Amino acid sequence: MTALIELEGVSKRFTRKLDIAEKIVNVFGGHIREQTVHAVDNVSLAIDEGEVVGLVGESGCGKSTLGRVIAGIHPASEGTVKFKGRDITAMSSGESKEWALQVQMIFQDPMSSLNPRLRVRDIVGEAPAFHGLVTSEELGAYVDEMMLRVGLDPSFGRRFPHQFSGGQRQRIGIARALAVRPAFLVCDEAIAALDVSIQAQVINLFMRLRKELGLTYLFISHDLGVVEHLSERVVIMYLGRVVEVAGTEELFAKPNHPYTVALLGEVPRIDRRGQAFMPIKGEIPSPLNPPSGCHFHPRCPHAMERCRVEQPALREIAPGRYSACHLNDQS
Amino acid sequence: MVSNTPTLQVEDLKTYFYTKAGVAKAVDGVSFSVAKGEVMGLVGESGSGKTVTGFSIIGLVDPPGKIAGGRILFDGEDITSADGERMRRLRGRRIAMIFQDPMMTLNPVLRIDTQMIEAVQAHDKVDRQTAFERSRDALGQVGIPSPEERLKAYPHQFSGGMRQRVAIAIALLHKPDLIIADEPTTALDVTIQGQILYEVQKLCRERGMSLIWITHDLAVVAGLADSICVMYAGRIVETGTIADVIDRPLHPYTHGLIGSVPSHNKRGQPLAQIPGMAPSLLSMPQGCAFHPRCPRADDKCLVDPAMSTPRRPDHRVRCFHPHLEDAA
Amino acid sequence: MTAATDFKEVDAAVAEAPMVVKDQTPFRRFLSDFAESKVAVAGFFTFLIIVFIAILAPWISPTNPYDLATVDILDSRLEPGEKMMTGTVAWLGTDGLGRDMVSAMFYGLRISLGVGAVSGLIALCIGVCVGLASAYFGGRVDTIIMRIVDLQLSFPAILIALVLLATLGKGVDKIIIALIVVQWAYYARTVRGSALVERNKEYIEAATCLGLSHNRIVFRHLLPNVMPPLIVVGTVQVAHAIALEATLSFLGIGLPTTEPSLGLLISNGFEYMMSGKYWISIYPGVALLVTIVSINLVGDRLRDVLNPRLAR
Repeated sequence: MTALIELEGVSKRFTRKLDIAEKIVNVFGGHIREQTVHAVDNVSLAIDEGEVVGLVGESGCGKSTLGRVIAGIHPASEGTVKFKGRDITAMSSGESKEWALQVQMIFQDPMSSLNPRLRVRDIVGEAPAFHGLVTSEELGAYVDEMMLRVGLDPSFGRRFPHQFSGGQRQRIGIARALAVRPAFLVCDEAIAALDVSIQAQVINLFMRLRKELGLTYLFISHDLGVVEHLSERVVIMYLGRVVEVAGTEELFAKPNHPYTVALLGEVPRIDRRGQAFMPIKGEIPSPLNPPSGCHFHPRCPHAMERCRVEQPALREIAPGRYSACHLNDQS
Repeated sequence: MVSNTPTLQVEDLKTYFYTKAGVAKAVDGVSFSVAKGEVMGLVGESGSGKTVTGFSIIGLVDPPGKIAGGRILFDGEDITSADGERMRRLRGRRIAMIFQDPMMTLNPVLRIDTQMIEAVQAHDKVDRQTAFERSRDALGQVGIPSPEERLKAYPHQFSGGMRQRVAIAIALLHKPDLIIADEPTTALDVTIQGQILYEVQKLCRERGMSLIWITHDLAVVAGLADSICVMYAGRIVETGTIADVIDRPLHPYTHGLIGSVPSHNKRGQPLAQIPGMAPSLLSMPQGCAFHPRCPRADDKCLVDPAMSTPRRPDHRVRCFHPHLEDAA
Repeated sequence: MTAATDFKEVDAAVAEAPMVVKDQTPFRRFLSDFAESKVAVAGFFTFLIIVFIAILAPWISPTNPYDLATVDILDSRLEPGEKMMTGTVAWLGTDGLGRDMVSAMFYGLRISLGVGAVSGLIALCIGVCVGLASAYFGGRVDTIIMRIVDLQLSFPAILIALVLLATLGKGVDKIIIALIVVQWAYYARTVRGSALVERNKEYIEAATCLGLSHNRIVFRHLLPNVMPPLIVVGTVQVAHAIALEATLSFLGIGLPTTEPSLGLLISNGFEYMMSGKYWISIYPGVALLVTIVSINLVGDRLRDVLNPRLAR
């Protein structure tokens, strides 16, 4: 079965080019270099239809960038992204449009993810009208249906985003994405900015929509508890690279990669009392200047000489389980 | 129980904001006490009044807000209407505050050593060299490597986690009796949060410092604190020891919050959720602020409930229908 | 109400209500915020009066100062309050050629405001298109455009206007062109700054994700959200344009004498300042001052109102 989304060796780099002033300085002997951030570094991943994949990592790991590459907001610097088996850069314009609408994104910030000058019904109804998915007579009823589906009263369609709470704005964003009938949703920290009790409501909404509409999700989050609850498979990223992939239960029961072990150990859990926090030492390195070899080696309790020199490959250590660590080679 | 004076005692504190849209009762009758060496978690969501409570204690409430009633006793002394000079002498020296955004503490155009030396000399008449050494030691204590070099840097040269550690070091410079920490790790990564929690825990144990940790994250509080106060719409709805409140919550709101945490629910099943939203402070419901969202509400709840202690004397709850059926 | 047994049953009963905020369009909210400053409201009404005077000048002026048939040299330099040959009272006196000051000022305001507004509007349109293009496309396009803008802005406005008018000659249209050339860069830079901020906001990414065309994103999403700072800049720029035009006319290279603006009136009266016939210069000067101050008051208030809103 072809996966819905397939990434092969995808990398995304952001380069800040030198401007005129800096080029002139270099001519006179300055050594200003271009700065490149390897936001995403050689990631390969396949997501099947109907799956919920969790993508976890801390700042600088590239999860948001990866989400945007998949959603088509940033083009990949290297590698191929395939939608239903077809390379997105090699699509005809009809297929391209289909792909653009089928993959939608839910954003983190409920404040800035909605155009403050448009009424809610225009925010939700704009894209379907633009693409001709519904006729103008049907548009009103269609927008109402979308709003009901996400749990909002359709009569509030006349109002502006600033009149709603954060949780409601997030629902409006979801309605906007659903209005173009997507198959795949990238949720980029979609609940991080919400209050705890509202988070539960939105998580339940995601689960309900998945059942009702048969959606596939890539759920990007730093909150391991939520990821554990929602996902079937979890991908862990660190500084642009994938370090571990496994089924949710296996990952949480027996994490393999030292970073995953540390991450799971650090997370405060409500049933752990008088927790003696045992932190991993060191700071998260800057993506502008990542460590050589394995990015995690400066903070890893099991680091060896080899880790400093050679980047570990993402290897399948058990059916469906992948990990990028030299320690796995020892057996 | 402890017979010494509690470091902090708050009695029926009321802080109101007088806006043109009406009076917002951000804090409406809050009482609690923090003993020497105790870590108290002040938990609530946005609009609950937890941050304003912290600001009221340290005297940083700006107009149109003001303390409209109640008393704040710091080490037995009433500081509710203390004048500017008295508060200035207390702040930084005996009561310190750590903010969510470390850039609220740090001045971006000054070097770290300048700022820390200034903080030291504000309350202690020491020479520059001594102040420098104290700053360096403080940075070392919060786990910053090579503090001598780091002192010469500017805030923007640090990562978020480091900046927060510098802010904590500044708070600790004068070994205060009470620290109020307002969501200091919310914006930080999990591994960095872990480091900071570790440092803070260690320092509290070593120094016998009281700490009020304001947050919305129950899990952090569960691991760190000794006691907890849960706030909703400007009032404390439940307070007690961690074991009591988190394992055997009485108030339906606390019960709902804990129940909605993913780990308390079966994987893949809908989470137990609290419906609706917190009320706007400008239009509060009659009686109990939580009753429109509460499954146990009835007509009795149209009257404001007072604090009661249905189970144990130190486990207080503000509700007519607490969850007494759970394991006692 | 009977007690439900758990939260799921309450779910259906509880409707999700928006926050308690009056159902207001952003515009009405803006109006009520603006009105909080009495000074700004006074400035606004003053400006409104000036605009009415300017529009209705031909109908409300006591005389037509440019109708050579009625202007009489014997009326020249009459003091304020004296009667003219035709019998009408010259409330603010007459100038050296016998023109009633009040009428001359009304017509002068007309020209000054007209030139300022037209040039401002056109410069705004040009500046907006250029600034938006620069911000949206970025890269080389942005660099080139911004270097041109920087170049333009590094020259004093007066200098550019002088050079242009020297080559183009006199005339209302020439002055308008000169003012446009001087102003567009400022609008372009403001719009670009604002657009860069908005462009990184997630609702623009969402529009891209939804497959909307570039045109639509720029004009329907970006532009309306870039407008607020532009309105502030616009009001202040119109005031600058009026002042610049007055300066040029005062120096004698601006509008021709057949269509005198306030600047020219001030210039005409300058020679009489020392002989005590102050009214020929002073009153047009005061009119100019009041116009510019009222516009600036409105602009200041707009800036205050629109800025905190961005953070709301």
